[in-house]
Amino acid sequence: MSQRTDFKGMLIQSVRKSGRAISRLLPIVIGAILLVSLFNNMIPKSFYITLFKKNVLLDAVIGSVIGSISAGSPLTSYILGGEFLKNGVGIGAVTAFLVAWVTVGMVQLPVEIMILGRRFAIARNSTAFIFAIAIGILTMLIMDLV
Amino acid sequence: MKKIGGEWYFLSAVMMIYVVILFVDHDFFSRSIRFFLNVFWQILPIFVLVFALMVVANIFINQKVITKYFKKPGIKKWVFVIVAGILSTGPIYLWYPLLAELRDKGVGHGFLATFLYNRAIKIPLLPVAIFYFGLKYILVLTLMMVVFSVFQGLLINRLVSTKNRCNGV
Repeated sequence: MSQRTDFKGMLIQSVRKSGRAISRLLPIVIGAILLVSLFNNMIPKSFYITLFKKNVLLDAVIGSVIGSISAGSPLTSYILGGEFLKNGVGIGAVTAFLVAWVTVGMVQLPVEIMILGRRFAIARNSTAFIFAIAIGILTMLIMDLV
Repeated sequence: MKKIGGEWYFLSAVMMIYVVILFVDHDFFSRSIRFFLNVFWQILPIFVLVFALMVVANIFINQKVITKYFKKPGIKKWVFVIVAGILSTGPIYLWYPLLAELRDKGVGHGFLATFLYNRAIKIPLLPVAIFYFGLKYILVLTLMMVVFSVFQGLLINRLVSTKNRCNGV
């Protein structure tokens, strides 16, 4: 009986916590889709074609740079990445962008340095940047094979 | 008085841009709104699934559970660190103090890096990712990220000495 009450309490607490998280996510997602909708109408498809040069390595580096300096929910990166793909950007560049977005934390770098140490934070973020490029290229090659 | 979060300021700013556009270029406004509604209705049902997955994660995963399993030996520790990273929820900076404590108790820097890398894999958000990129791509990407998280852990263990434990080093 007590265990059932405990679980019910945990469930209610969890629903509340998740509800709060979703209510924080929704305005960001709505805002991001609204922005993407604007850019989709404003920026011609040729812009993406000129930004990404169809060079696998260079495109992955550009994708990783854009992902590294961007911040926010991964959901925003999915929306943007999906639009990049639709506009002709290669899967390698989009993958590097998505991976860098979630693994390289330029915005929280000062906090990471303060709590976990400068050497660790810089080494972790630098390797994450390089790995985003590697994962972008490898994922593209694997997707071509499977 | 309840404090308004930054996310609402962001949405308000974007909506202000739309209000300006409505007066400047009505046709551009209509096209953008149509595009927005099309995308929004597509992803709305996925949010219900995201919410359900978040509830499950919040019930079963907490910092106490993570700390307990971080102390497992050998290969089990790597497996645990990967799983813990994937399942952990909440903002990344909330985990920094716990990770600093674990490091001070002797957990290697590499394990902390692997944990943080795997936090990038968000199970509750996978339905949205699959919606945008397809199941095959997401499976390949997730597998690649898990593999590279171990590479990063091994590399960080070599790059960052266990002596560098004090803040700001």
